[in-house]
Amino acid sequence: MVEVNKFAVKLGGEAGYGIAEAGKILAKVCVRSGLYTVVTNEYPSLIRGGHNTAHIRVEDREIYSHIKTCDILIALNKETMDLHMQEITPNGAVIYDGAETKIETGRKDVQLCSVPLAQLAREAGGERIVRNTVALGAAFALLQGEFEMLANVIQETYHEKKGSKIASINKKAAELGYSCIKEKYKGPFRNQFKKEKQKQSILLDGNTALCLGAVKAGCKFHAQYPMTPSSGILSYMAQQAMEYNIIVVQPEDEISVINMAIGAAFAGVRSMCATAGGGFALMVEGVGLAAMTETPVVIIVGQRGGPSTGLPTKTEQGDLRFVLHVAQGEFPRVVLAPGDPAECFYEIGNAFNLAEKYQLPVLILTDKYVVDSMFTVPMFDQDKIKIDRGYLITEKQLENWNDFKRYQFTEDGISPRSVPGQKNGIYKAASDEHDEYGYVNEDPENRKKMMQKRFKKLELLQGEIPEPKIYGDKDADIAIIVWGSVKNQAREAIKLLAKENIAAKVIHYLYISPFPAEATRHLLKEARINLLVENNLTSQLGSIIQEHTGIFIQHRLLKSDGLPLSPEEIYLKVKQIRGAYGEI
Amino acid sequence: MVKFEELNTLNPITWCGGCGDFSMLLCLKKAIVELNLEKEEVLCVSGIGCSGKVPYWINTYGFCGLHGRPLPVATAAKLTNHKLTVLAMGGDGDGYAEGTSHFIHAARRNIDITYIVHDNQVYGLTKGQASPTSDKGFLTTSTPNGVLEMAINPIALALSAGATFVARSYAGMQQHLIEMIKEAVKHKGFAFIDVLQPCVTYNYKNTYQWYQAKVYDLQKEKHNTSSLTKAFEKALEWDDHEKTKIPIGIFYQAGRDTFEEDHGQIKKLPLVKQEINKIDITPLLKQLQ
Repeated sequence: MVEVNKFAVKLGGEAGYGIAEAGKILAKVCVRSGLYTVVTNEYPSLIRGGHNTAHIRVEDREIYSHIKTCDILIALNKETMDLHMQEITPNGAVIYDGAETKIETGRKDVQLCSVPLAQLAREAGGERIVRNTVALGAAFALLQGEFEMLANVIQETYHEKKGSKIASINKKAAELGYSCIKEKYKGPFRNQFKKEKQKQSILLDGNTALCLGAVKAGCKFHAQYPMTPSSGILSYMAQQAMEYNIIVVQPEDEISVINMAIGAAFAGVRSMCATAGGGFALMVEGVGLAAMTETPVVIIVGQRGGPSTGLPTKTEQGDLRFVLHVAQGEFPRVVLAPGDPAECFYEIGNAFNLAEKYQLPVLILTDKYVVDSMFTVPMFDQDKIKIDRGYLITEKQLENWNDFKRYQFTEDGISPRSVPGQKNGIYKAASDEHDEYGYVNEDPENRKKMMQKRFKKLELLQGEIPEPKIYGDKDADIAIIVWGSVKNQAREAIKLLAKENIAAKVIHYLYISPFPAEATRHLLKEARINLLVENNLTSQLGSIIQEHTGIFIQHRLLKSDGLPLSPEEIYLKVKQIRGAYGEI
Repeated sequence: MVKFEELNTLNPITWCGGCGDFSMLLCLKKAIVELNLEKEEVLCVSGIGCSGKVPYWINTYGFCGLHGRPLPVATAAKLTNHKLTVLAMGGDGDGYAEGTSHFIHAARRNIDITYIVHDNQVYGLTKGQASPTSDKGFLTTSTPNGVLEMAINPIALALSAGATFVARSYAGMQQHLIEMIKEAVKHKGFAFIDVLQPCVTYNYKNTYQWYQAKVYDLQKEKHNTSSLTKAFEKALEWDDHEKTKIPIGIFYQAGRDTFEEDHGQIKKLPLVKQEINKIDITPLLKQLQ
C-alpha cells in the first residue's frame, strides 16, 4: 500500500557530520511543498564524535511532535544501525554505505539500500562530511521526490552559509545519491513524496519564535551568557541587533546578565535575558531585586536535564518548582511555559505587556524539546502582538505632578513609573523594603502595606491569565494533563486513541503562576480518568495542582531519562489505565 | 543647573559620626554642582554596604541594588540612555570581593560611567570583618589571627583590566576628591576612583592620622598620566605602604572608544527614545518559509 505524504526519516551519525543540517534541508523542502514537518534532534554535549540523530516527520496535515518510528533510516555509521534498526517500520528502508558498514540485523522486512556514500561524496568533489548530502539525495529518490526541489534548497542553504563552491559540491553529491537509488532500486517505495500547493507556513524552532516575538514586542535590550538550550536566542538576537536597533550584550556571568536586564528596564526600555537552570541559579538574587524594585523584566529559562550540569543537551521539565519559588521572600511573579513556536511567539509578546503592566518579573519556562525542535506552523500574524506599557508615565504627565511617589499605594497596587532623565520623576529604586518614594523603611505598618501593595497586583493579574487550553473533544472522559511542550506529544496521542474510537482530550497549562485554580477544579471534575503526563520524576505540576485545589491526580506518566515523551508512550499508558478499569 | 541645596534629601543619614562617607557625599554633591549638571540627568547606582546608602542622600535618580552589583545595572542604564551621567558607588567589600568580575569587565568595556569605591579596608555594615583591601595581619572579628591573604591592589587591577581613567583620592582631602570626581565624570570612558575613606568604628589601623601622614599628590610630582608603565609603578607603591607613602591623584588616563560609541544602534537616538510601536518583522518571517 502506497502512503503519500506521510513519512518519517531519521538520520544518524557522529557529531560534526552535518546531521542536523541535512534534517533541516529535508524539512524545508517539505514545507515548501505544502507539507507539515516536525524535526527533532538528539545529540550529546560535545562538538565532535558521539551519536547524533535528526528525525524528520512529514505529513500533509498538521502534526505536533515526533513519533518513535521512521520509514527511512539514514545510517552514516554502524552505531546508528545498532541503535535504531528496530525503529524502522515494516517495509521501510535503511540507507547506508555497504563499503563501510556490514548489516548484522535480523530484520528481513527492511529494504537495504547500500549507497557508496563516501565514494560519491569524493566524486562530487567533496570531503567525507558531504556524505550526509549524498544520503539525502538517496532518501529523496526513494520517496520519489523531484530532484530540483531538493537541489534548490541545498543551493540556497549552502550558498548563503558556505559560498557557491560548497553549494555546487553539495548539489552534485545529492544528485549522485539520487541517481544511485534511481538506478539500483526499481520497485516503488511505500512512502511517497508529492508536492502540494504551498501554504503560508513557516519552519522554525521555539527559540527563534521567542526572539521574533521579542523583536516585534519592542524588546530593546537583551543580555545573555551562553547556555544550552537557550544559546540560540543570544545568536539570533545578536544577528538582528543592528537592523532592529536592539542592544545585545554577552556579559561576564548570569549575575551580571540579570542585573543588566534590570538596569535597562529601570532606565526605560523593554528588556529581557535568557539562560538555562544553572545560569538561572546565579540569577536568583536578581529576580528578587526585580520584584522588590518593581522593575519589569522578562526572563527565559530553558530546561534541560538537571540537577547541576545534568544532561546539557537533553530535555526535561524539572525546573518548574525552582522557577515558581525562586529567590528569598514572598513576591508575585508570572510563570508561563509555552509549548510550541506559536505560543513562544505570541506569549512573549504578552509577557512584555504583563511585565510592564504589573511591574514584576515574568519568567518564561521553555525546554529543550520546544526550543530546539523545528515545527511547521501557520505564518505568524505579527499584528496580534500589541504593546501595552502600563503605568509608564511621560515627561508631559510629570510636568504638573506634585510629590511624585514611584511606589504609591494605589487601589490595584500598580504605581506610576518614571524613568531616569524625566523631570519631576526622581525616585530611588531600592532592594531594601522602602516607602512610597523608595527610601528605606522598616516600619511595620509600612512593611505591611508594601507587601499588600505588591500582592494586590495579583488580583487584577489573575483575571488576565488564560485558563488551561483544551485540545480534542471537550466532553471526552479521558483527560491528559500536561504543561509546556508535552502538549505536542499528548495531542498526537489523542489522534492515536481516536483511531480506536477512544475519545480523549488534552488539558494544557500554559500559564502556571498565578495558578488557574478555579478553572482547574472544574476541569478535573469533568473527566472520568485524569492522567498527568510530565517530563520529570516527581510530577511537579501534579503537586502544584494538589496544592491549589486539594485534588490528587492518581494516574501519572512521568519520564526523566533525558528523552522526550513520545505519543506512543502516552497512548499506551491510556490503554493500560483503561485496561485496569476493565476496558479494552 | 542644580544648586547644592537641591541635592539634599530629607532622608536621615545613618552613617557613624566622623565616617569618611560624609565627606564623600559632600564632595559628590559639590562636583555635580560645579559640573553644571541637572539633577534628573544624574543616576546614582549603588550596591550594599555603607557606600550603598549614597543614593538615598543625594537628590538624583537612584538605584540601590544588590551587594557587589552596581556596575551591571549602571552599564545597562547608560546603554539605555547614554545622555545620563551615571555614577556607580561601590565599597571595598562590595566592589573588590563580591563584584570583582564586574569591575574587570566594566573596565574592559570602557563604558562611560564613573565608578567611585568607598575603600575603608574593612566591612562596616556587617560590623567589622576583614575586607579584600584589609592589610595582611589586620585583626578583625572574622580574622582573630590576622588577615592571611595579601590585600588586593585596586589601582593595579583597574589598570590591567583596561580602565581608561584610574585615580585614587582620600576623603580627608575634599578639594582633591572634588577635582577627582569632576575629572572622572568629564572623562569619556570607564573612570575609576578608589577613595581612601577611614572607618572610625571598625578600622583601628587605617585612621585619618595614618592616611594623612602617608598620602601624597601624584599631580604635584608631575606624574606622567599617559604612561601605563609609570602608572603601574605608582600603583605598586601601595603594596609596600608600610614603608613608603601612598600616592593619590590620577594614575592613568587614556582615550579609547567607549562601549556606547561602539553600538551603532544608538548613534542617532538613545535606546530609550526609540519608537517600538511600529516594528515590522516581515523580512525575518519570510526567511523561515
